[in-house]
Amino acid sequence: MIHFQNVVVEYPRSGRALNDISFQVMKNEFCFLTGHSGAGKTTVLRLIHMADRPTDGEVRVSGYSADTIRAREVAVLRRKIGFVFQDFRLLPDRTAAENIAFALQVTGAPKSLIRVKVSRLLAQVGLAAKSEAVPTELSGGEQQRVAIARALANDPVLLLADEPTGNLDDRATRGIYDLFREIHAAGTAVLLATHDSALIRSHPHARVMELDHGQLVYDSEA
Amino acid sequence: MYALREALAAFRRTPVLTVLSAAMIGLSLCVVGIFAVTAHNVREVLDRVESRVEIVAYLRDDATEQQVQDARAQILALPEVREVLYVSRAQALEIAKQELSDISSIFSDLDVNPLPASLEISLVPGQKGPDVVTAVAARVSSYSFVEDVRYGREWLDKVYLLRRVAGAAALVVGGAFALVAALIIGAAVRMAIFARRDEIAIMRLVGATHGFIRRPFLFEGFFTGLLGALLALPAVYIIFRVLSDAIFHLDWIPPLWVLGGFVIGGVLGIIASWSAVRQHLREL
Repeated sequence: MIHFQNVVVEYPRSGRALNDISFQVMKNEFCFLTGHSGAGKTTVLRLIHMADRPTDGEVRVSGYSADTIRAREVAVLRRKIGFVFQDFRLLPDRTAAENIAFALQVTGAPKSLIRVKVSRLLAQVGLAAKSEAVPTELSGGEQQRVAIARALANDPVLLLADEPTGNLDDRATRGIYDLFREIHAAGTAVLLATHDSALIRSHPHARVMELDHGQLVYDSEA
Repeated sequence: MYALREALAAFRRTPVLTVLSAAMIGLSLCVVGIFAVTAHNVREVLDRVESRVEIVAYLRDDATEQQVQDARAQILALPEVREVLYVSRAQALEIAKQELSDISSIFSDLDVNPLPASLEISLVPGQKGPDVVTAVAARVSSYSFVEDVRYGREWLDKVYLLRRVAGAAALVVGGAFALVAALIIGAAVRMAIFARRDEIAIMRLVGATHGFIRRPFLFEGFFTGLLGALLALPAVYIIFRVLSDAIFHLDWIPPLWVLGGFVIGGVLGIIASWSAVRQHLREL
């Protein structure tokens, strides 16, 4: 589903972010992407999300190539890829339910479907009772659950997460990981960027890829 | 409809910004409107002057009736000519006596009628440009029995020059203020985009197309432009009334022009928003 072949990313000011990286991620894989800050984890996720283009090499996601994809196709692809961030990125003036509904509105989904899906997603992430709360009334863990529910709204085949527990305490972190495992069990591939090595050790069966200074230095599946 | 709801919600969220930009657009459209009133009235005056344009051919005394009738038929056959009126010497004298009643005694004392017969040629409306008038006059003066042709060439040229200058001035000034209005709408939409940049980023994140992101802003620009036109209309009317009552009588612009003002406001709003959003989407 994700195919990187000799991928190089070079930024005009900060220089080389990725250096000749090749890997593949199959459907329904659970995969950690690890490495120090600045190792290139976020760049990999941005390439998959087509928010960046490679300077050299080939990036293919779900059949779309970064070289030939059009703006409209990027939008369609993103509906199939959920993205969760460390800082949640919720709209502060909208309720939990409205934040989730937002991802469905942009696809032109009918109102009745949006209502049904939003309440199902809120139940799935354990926030059925807080649908009318705005982000400031929710804890960090709860806000991240809303963000995950939003990422799942369009039934993605792939969920990307960039340090999703970086702002959370241990208990909230465990809750979020359990949620990721449930999502994976339901058939969605998960690619999780984190530098939390304790967490990776506690999931010995998951695939681990490690980046260092823009190079792929370890892949447990290779 | 999502885009329409969002555009109206934007007005509710930032009412001051909306009213301020609509007022600025209104001001620009107000200037355009005043120029429209001026241009319309100049045109009306020129039309009235122009409707009086006619060619008078004075005939020699020895012209035979047959010659005159033939010439009349030939001139009438010209596509630019609407009517050819024959005024005999006796009729000319009668008219002179009536129109110059103060000195009618001079005419009464005369033993012979000094006035020539004439052909008064009026032209088809819209065929009164200097070129047409000159060409018809030349054609008429080619008859051997025509002594002289008069059509006020000098002032005719001036009227046409004035018309062209007025038209160009209205176009340049009107265009400049329309551009100002477009820039104001563009700036207002840019501010609205800046205020909602997080929302736009999330829209892109969850897979919104450019069209979906753009549409609410296009509606917003359209309504702002329309609101500006709505504010400009009474302002222009008040200025028109004051001028008309205090200085000289003016005609109000035709309803189609008023409608045109609203169309210009709305279209400018859409164009300005389009360019502002396009720029923003390209930068992301």
